[in-house]
Formats: sequence, structure tokens, C-alpha cells
Amino acid sequence: MQNLKFEVNADGVAIITFDMPGRTMNVLNEASIADYAEAVERVLSDDTIKGAVVTSAKPAFIAGADLDWILSLAQADLPANQRAINVYNTVLNLQKIFRRTEKGGKPFVAAINGLALGGGLELCLACTRRIVADDPRIQLGLPEAKVGLLPGGGGTQRFARILGPLQALPLLIEGRSLSPDEALKLKIIDEVSPADQLVSKAVEWILTSSPEDWIKPWDRKGYKLPGDDPRTLEGSFAFSAANALQRKKTYGNYPNLDAIQKAVYDGMIVPIDTAIRIESRLFASLMTTDVAKNMVRTQFINLQKANKQERRPADVPARTIAKLGVIGAGMMGAAIAHVAAKAGIPVVVVDQDAASAEKVHNHIRAVNAKSADKLLPLITPVSDYAELAGADLIIEAVFEDSAVKSDVIRKIEQVCPDAIIASNTSSIPISDLARASSKPDRFIGLHFFSPVERMPLVEIIMGEQTGNEALALAIDFVKQLRKTSIVVNDGRFFYTSRVFATYTTEGCLMVQDGIAPALIENAGRMAGMPVAPLALCDEISLDLIYRINQQDAKDTERAFPGSPAEALIQRMVAKEGRLGRKSRKGFYDYPAEGKKRLWPGLAELASVQETQPDVETVKLRLLTIQALEAARCLEEGIVATPADADVGAYLGWGFAPWTGGPLSYIDMLGAKKFVEICNDFAARFGDRFRPTAGLVEMAEQNGSFYPSAASRQEAA
Amino acid sequence: MQDCFIYDAVRTPRGRGRPDGALHEVPPLDLAAHSLRALRDRNNLDTSLVDDIVLGCVMPVGEQGSNVGRIAALNADYAETAPGVQINRYCASGLEAVNMAAAQIMSGQSEVTIGGGVESMSRVPMGADAGGWFTDPEVAFKTYYTPQGIGADLIATKWGFSRTDVDAYAVESQRRAARAWEENRFARSIVPIYDELGQVLLDRDEHMRPQTTMQDLAALKPAFAVMGDAMGYDAVAMQRYPEVEALDHVHHGGNSSGIVDGSAAVLLGSKEAGIRMGLKPRARIRAFTSIGSEPSIMLTGPEKVTRKVLARAGMTTSDIDLFELNEAFASVVLLFQHLLDIDPNILNVNGGAIAMGHPLGATGAMILGTALDELERTNRSTALVTLCVGAGMGTATIIERV
Repeated sequence: MQNLKFEVNADGVAIITFDMPGRTMNVLNEASIADYAEAVERVLSDDTIKGAVVTSAKPAFIAGADLDWILSLAQADLPANQRAINVYNTVLNLQKIFRRTEKGGKPFVAAINGLALGGGLELCLACTRRIVADDPRIQLGLPEAKVGLLPGGGGTQRFARILGPLQALPLLIEGRSLSPDEALKLKIIDEVSPADQLVSKAVEWILTSSPEDWIKPWDRKGYKLPGDDPRTLEGSFAFSAANALQRKKTYGNYPNLDAIQKAVYDGMIVPIDTAIRIESRLFASLMTTDVAKNMVRTQFINLQKANKQERRPADVPARTIAKLGVIGAGMMGAAIAHVAAKAGIPVVVVDQDAASAEKVHNHIRAVNAKSADKLLPLITPVSDYAELAGADLIIEAVFEDSAVKSDVIRKIEQVCPDAIIASNTSSIPISDLARASSKPDRFIGLHFFSPVERMPLVEIIMGEQTGNEALALAIDFVKQLRKTSIVVNDGRFFYTSRVFATYTTEGCLMVQDGIAPALIENAGRMAGMPVAPLALCDEISLDLIYRINQQDAKDTERAFPGSPAEALIQRMVAKEGRLGRKSRKGFYDYPAEGKKRLWPGLAELASVQETQPDVETVKLRLLTIQALEAARCLEEGIVATPADADVGAYLGWGFAPWTGGPLSYIDMLGAKKFVEICNDFAARFGDRFRPTAGLVEMAEQNGSFYPSAASRQEAA
Repeated sequence: MQDCFIYDAVRTPRGRGRPDGALHEVPPLDLAAHSLRALRDRNNLDTSLVDDIVLGCVMPVGEQGSNVGRIAALNADYAETAPGVQINRYCASGLEAVNMAAAQIMSGQSEVTIGGGVESMSRVPMGADAGGWFTDPEVAFKTYYTPQGIGADLIATKWGFSRTDVDAYAVESQRRAARAWEENRFARSIVPIYDELGQVLLDRDEHMRPQTTMQDLAALKPAFAVMGDAMGYDAVAMQRYPEVEALDHVHHGGNSSGIVDGSAAVLLGSKEAGIRMGLKPRARIRAFTSIGSEPSIMLTGPEKVTRKVLARAGMTTSDIDLFELNEAFASVVLLFQHLLDIDPNILNVNGGAIAMGHPLGATGAMILGTALDELERTNRSTALVTLCVGAGMGTATIIERV
């Protein structure tokens, strides 16, 4: 039992202390589960042991199941049904151990000293009693839904039985963590206690409680589930509405969320042992779906890897930014200053005059009134570049114009010759801007997304000459902001903006093709995109898109408008005076009261065809164009790895999370099928759908972006 | 195959389906028995001749549970040899009961049967059966379940029927129903309900509001807007019909079928059975059928089933003298009329469920009787009776006078 310590105290109470060697956090994997099973059986079989306290020697209790391990079971090179059966047997084995702690006839008390998530919390839910240390930072929850899974250790069933099914569902589906106080209020835990008394209180309860106290409510005769019962008139309406609201949010794209709903519904009125089999079955069949595998890989495993910053040059010592400079107090500059201040970094914000620079304070008062008093002292608005002296990093966030930016870069270098300078440009190649710098190796791109406060990603762009010191500092800075970075290479619009623009552009092209705007918008959302394409254009603002299009035409010396999409935007802005949401007029009308509605006049700009395409075709068009552009970026070396492309897409523009990202999506379809679709669409909708040489080759060789199960086995 | 004839058809007046409704105090087994007794008494029917009693009931639980077909017959003091069965094709149950009862005769397996239905909506409310159709997430997702009212509003949105269109239809339904009552057009079918002391409990459809004007209706708030938004049903409907930008909620209590209590029964038999009963046939069942349609919008079955039954009978719409389509919601009727190009002057000529109410399990048998009465009154020959049905179905029957 090397993953836990097993002791029996003088009172005859066993203390089971998880402490996995070589790991910062305990997890449930094959070895730790086997050790726990052994410990449980020892408690139950030894007549001198009265009960057991389960706790952890690490700061966290148990972080959850080892998803790499579960994924490896689900992806083993076996027929799908056999893989599912293997996963089923594995989780059922864990569930049986949990039922032993519930039904074994001795009390097991979880002394939860730190975070308990997923399988970690499920282990506790199966204990007789749960006591949690009095620390509001402790997270208790079942976050599986967020990474494409469902709780497979009895969590759906015990939550439903403690809270009532319709009260449990939102927690299970959102995967939200609870503080100890919240969990106590919901009766998910039984007691909150000072950390140093956790174990002694657990021992005391074991010694003073009676066998009657050790029976779980659902193991008592006549047990009735709390909350709504779907077999009643009122209950049936409540369940019906819950189903509809679920469908409203998921568009049927998330098999794990459907499985959670099904597990709760199918499991709630049968005996718990039957319910557990139902949950285990659903977990196992889910684990072998592409959606679950892709979501776990991108949103958990690769996201964690991204946060470990494998791209950071190891030979550059870590640095903490002690002073940040920001040029431009506009929307982006102010927001960057805001998040830096929130991370405790003093910021100097330079704008052309003091009044302009003051806008940064106004921004913070507007978006974060609560903390403004604390944050404003950290931010110094000035008009004099000299105030930047001593800054470790200076980010320019001025008007998107090469000449303006070049001028700013020169001004910065006059006062801070040794600082690392970053540009927040979203479109201009970093190597072009670096020409204004006398030290291009110390010049880098830091592309923040709007709204900066909420967007978790920063795209770090390497210019041709950007050096390791700049890269390391940029990575350290993003980490300091508690955001995730991906490192990409230079090129027009880099990675995220370039791919993302294909989505809005395709929406505009569809309008020009005569597809009904309502169908385009619904298809965008149904495909899993967070915002519909035309609505997104309105959010970005049509005049900004117009300016970017014009600038691009100028920079690349091409004709303008270069496509029917650009022509549509031009018409909307220049002729119709519709600038998007900010002017309450764009592709939508924004009435003072009520919901936005598509602008009826759009039909006059592009007449709607009599025969409309199937919604599946529209969805496929919107996803295919993005996936293809992401594949181009990988092929051109803009992004380095499929993982960067997928994590960047997930965090950067919320690309249909159910797919696991654009390249995972291609893998899901299979390269052959994807190339077929591209060729078909190229013939029907235009050359932009022509597949890349790399994709054609991948299709011929039956390859994939991520290693398949078979090739992984070979590698191992 | 032998012919099946309609020998008689009766219905109760429809009471408001609320605690203050006149029939709220009548238990469903008595309400159903009432039509069965009337059918027996006014025809001097020897109930030992009855081979089966098929009664429709949409909420066959609680008081309406345990096979209302059999128990109502026992309660009506029918011969114990007269068996009974309850069936559920949602809103078409009453017509489906007649069709199934007719099928027994046409197949030669029965000689005398009764089809009908009952629903005491005031005592066993809609939803009392708490079906898994909408509670079981797997099924709800698969079928894009939305309540009927959302489907009705979706029809209006998709085919462009405005609030004015549906309200105008409702006003006309009230006008036609009022005229029919004034001219005693329902007299042959209606059997008033008396209490134990012989006092009239109800002798007239109670739900009607003949004075209704467009202005009255304009004052009503859409009934399904809040539900559609807050409970997510609009979004579900739009995922099934993504060409729709937003639902136009045009229906309300005034242009939807009324919630009422009532029962109906239709006496069917072969030609020989008629001779044995000493009754003259009033009409022949010419053809009937049902069909499934898209379940989420739910209410588009009537047009499809009408085409199907006409094709089976070798007929076209021009062969039909009178159409009777249950007024579940105004948009359902407007869509039917639009898709089949039906002359409004031969469709629901005496009003319908918007004015008089829709006692779910009974309505089909009621409107069959209404159509037959009207054929006789105007000396016309053929009628087609149809209803939209829950979960996306339609049922239709063609009758012709003999």
C-alpha cells in the first residue's frame, strides 16, 4: 500500500492517509484504488478495528481520477465494445469498493483537509460521514462535465439522492465547485471543522456514533428521493422544463451532458446498486465516444500541458514583472492594465495627454467598481514616455496602424533601451513592426482578446528575430496574469484571428449566397459556436471589420472588396450606416426593449433563395472552413502542434467545444471524409474550401493529427 | 369486408373544465355512462347485442383509470356480456375509438359496437398521466419535445399566420357555434345532463362566448410566450426548425380549444345488425386511417392524414361536401385550409372546439356526430372528420349518408 499510510490508533480506529509518492496531488488510478480497496477490506475484516478515518497527507485531499489512465483504457487497441466493457468493469470495481464503505457495517469518515474533486469527492460521498476543514478556498465538486465526462464513481446518484434530482442536475452539468460552507448547506458534507481538529473529530464521531447512524438514507427501508418526482403531475412538468432547458443550452452536442441527465433520470427511482450499474454503463459507453476523448484531451490534458509552458526556454531564468508599461489607454490598453493590476503588477499607462491616459481609471471604475479603490493606486496614467523607465515589459496597444505603432516603438526605445517590447496587434506581422525596433530580438507579439478580463488566452507571436529572453518573459508574464498562452509564429492575423475570421466571413458569404439569415445564425449556434456568425460581426462592429478588410487589401496590395463578404460589410457600413451593436443597427436591430431581431432590410441587400439548404450543410460549412484554416496554419508553421491549435481555438474563440478543437474535429471525421467534404464544398461554394496538400496526403495515408490508438501502442 | 353503418350518435353538452363548471360534479365514469345510457335508451338497444365498447380517454389515470370503456358500460347497466376497452390516440381518441369499433364490424368479427370517449378535464387534469415522453430526457431530446401550444405558435410563425388571422378565425368559430345553437343544429346529438332530482345540470355547451369581438381577443396575452422562453421550449422548437428566427406567440385562451368536460358515443353495426336492432342506418363509414407526422411541431397531421385517407378511398377533396377539423388551435385549421385549399364555407360550419371546447378523449366522436347532423340538415352526402394528434399524428374518417 505505497499510495497510502494505514495506521490503527489506540482507540482502534484506522487512519487511512493518502500520500502518493512522486506526485503533488493524490489521484485515483489503478494502484491507489487497489491500495484503498485493501485498506477498506482490512478495516472491515479486522474485528479489533472499529472504523476508519480517510484523509490525505498532501495539501489537497484527492484531485480526482487519473484521466490519462481512464483515457488509455478507453483508447486501447480493442474493439469498441470490449474497450467499453473494460472501462465499465474498472469503474464498477471502484463503485463496489465505495459500496463496501457504505454497507460494510463499520463507519468510514472522510476528513477532507483540502480540495476534493471528481472521484476524490465521490470517494467521500460513499463514506459514512464527511468533515471538511474550515477553509473557504477548499473546492468540493464534480467537474467531470466540464471536460466532456460524467461522474462515474456514483456522483450522479448520490448527488441526486442527497439534493433531489432537479437540484443535483445543475451542479452536475455545470461542474461547479462548492466551498465547504456551500456544501454544508446543501448537505453534501456533514460538518466543517478547524483543520487541526479534522481527524480527532472524525475519530470521536466513530467512537460515539451507533450502528444506526452508519446506514445511508438510500439504504434504509422506505427511502424516498427528495425533490420533484417525475411520476407526478407537477414533477413531470418540472422535468419536462429541465429537459428543454438542457437542450436549449447544449443543442444536443454534448453526449456527456445527455448522459448525466439520463443517469439521474434512469437511476433515481431504482435501488442504488442498480443505479450505480446504470451510471457505470453510461460512463463506459461515453468514454469510447470521440467527443469525450477529444474534450478530455484538449480541455483537460493539453490545457494542463499548455499551462506547464513546455515552450519556455529553460536557460532563461524566471522573471517576475515588477513594472509594466502600457501604451494607449483605449479599450485594449486599459483592460490589459486592469488585469495586470489585478495580478498585483504596478502599471504605467501612457497616452497622448493626461486626460486620455485617465481613461484607464474610468475603464476600471466601470467594469470593476468593487475593486477600483484597491487597483487604481497600482495604475499610473501619464503622458510622458519617460515614466516608463525601469519597466520590465512594455506593451503597445495603440491604433491598429503600422506607422503609428512604429512611431510608438521608437519612442519607447528612447526611454527604455533594455525593456522587452510587445505589440498587442491582432493583424500586423510582428516581423514588420520589428523593423521599427533597434533590438528586434527583444520585440514580441502579445495578442490579448477582448474582453481581456474574461478571455483566458493570450497568443504570443514570435517575430523572425524574436529571441529567447523576450519569449521567456512573455510566457512568465502571461502566467503571472493567470492566463494561458500559446506560442505561434508570425504571419498575417497570426493564428486565432486568422481562423476565427473565416467563421464570420463564411456567415457573410452565406448571406450573399441567399441563405436565410435566421438559418445561418441558428446553424452557427447549433454547430456549437458560442455566438452566431452575423451576431458576432455585430459584436465586433462592422466598421472595425470594414477597416481591417481595407487595411489588409492595402497591405497585401490586393483589390478591395476582395470577396462578396467584404462587399457586404462595405455596403452595411458605407451605404446603410449600420455599424453593429454599438450603434444599435447592424445585421440585427437592437430595440430599446425586447430582444434583438435580424434586420429585415438584409433581404434587399441579398435576396433569400427560394430553396434553402439543409441545416446540417450550413453547420458543416461553418465548421469545415475553420478546421481547414487551422490545418493550413499548422501546415504553414504558424502553430507548432495540433494541441496548440486546438487549445488556442478552445480558449481563443470558443470553437465548438464538443469537437475538442478544429484539428480534433478533422480527426473525428477522418481525414478522408474531411477532404471529401472540402472537395465537395470547393466545387459548390468556392476555392477557399480546397483542401491543403498536407490534408490530401493525410487522407491518402489514412493518417490523423493526433496519434491513433494503434500507433500509440506501437510507440509504447 | 362488410359495410359498417352509423346508427346513432350522441354527445353530452360540454361543461367548463373548471371547478365552477356544470359537469365538475359528475364523476368521469358517470359522464361516460351518460352517453352510453342515452344511446341505449333512445334506440331501445338490447345491450346484449353489443360486441364491444371502445372508449377514448387521454388521461386514463385516477378516476378515469382502470379501463373506462368496461367500467362505464357496467356503470350504465349494460349487459355484462358487453365488453369494453379504453384506447388513447391523444386528441383523436374519440374518433379512433369509432374507427377501431368500425374495424371490428368491417372485418366481420363483430356485429354491433360502440365507439366514443370521455374526458373530465376538470377532475383529471391534462398531464395527470405524467408521461415519460417529456420527462425521460433521452426521449424528450430525441423527439424535440415541446408542448402543443408551442407547436401551434410555430405553425403560425412558419406559415405566416398573424395574430389577427388567428383571432379572426376564433371570432368566426364563436359566431358559427352560436348560430348553430340558435338554429338547434345540434339538437339531434345533444343529450342534456340531469341530476338525481331531474333538474337540468347542463343542456348547452357552457364554454361559448358568442359575443367575442376582435377587440376582446386583442386584449388577451399570448399563453405560451412565457413558457416558451423561460422553460426553453422555443429554443427546442427552433433547433428542429432552424429556419425560424423567433417564435411568434399568437395563441391564447381565446383562439385555442377550450378545456371542458364531456362524453360521446356512436352506435355502429353491420347491415344485418341494423335489421336485428330495428334501426335505420344514418351513414356508412367509407374509410379511415391515421398517420404519423413530425412530433415536435406536433400538429401538422390533419393535412397528411387527409391526403392519405382520400387516396385510400379513391377520392379528392372535391368529393367531400363537409370538412370537420378539430379546432385544437386556430393555426391548425388555417394551415389545413391553406395546404389543401379548402373552402372555409364547408369547413367547421358550426364552429368547433375554440367556441365549445375539446374534451380530449371524447371530441373525435363528438365532431363525427356534428358532421353527420349537418349532412342530414343540409341534405349533403360526404363528410371528412379529422383531428391533429399529440406526438405528431393525424386521424381521419370519411362518412357518407345512405
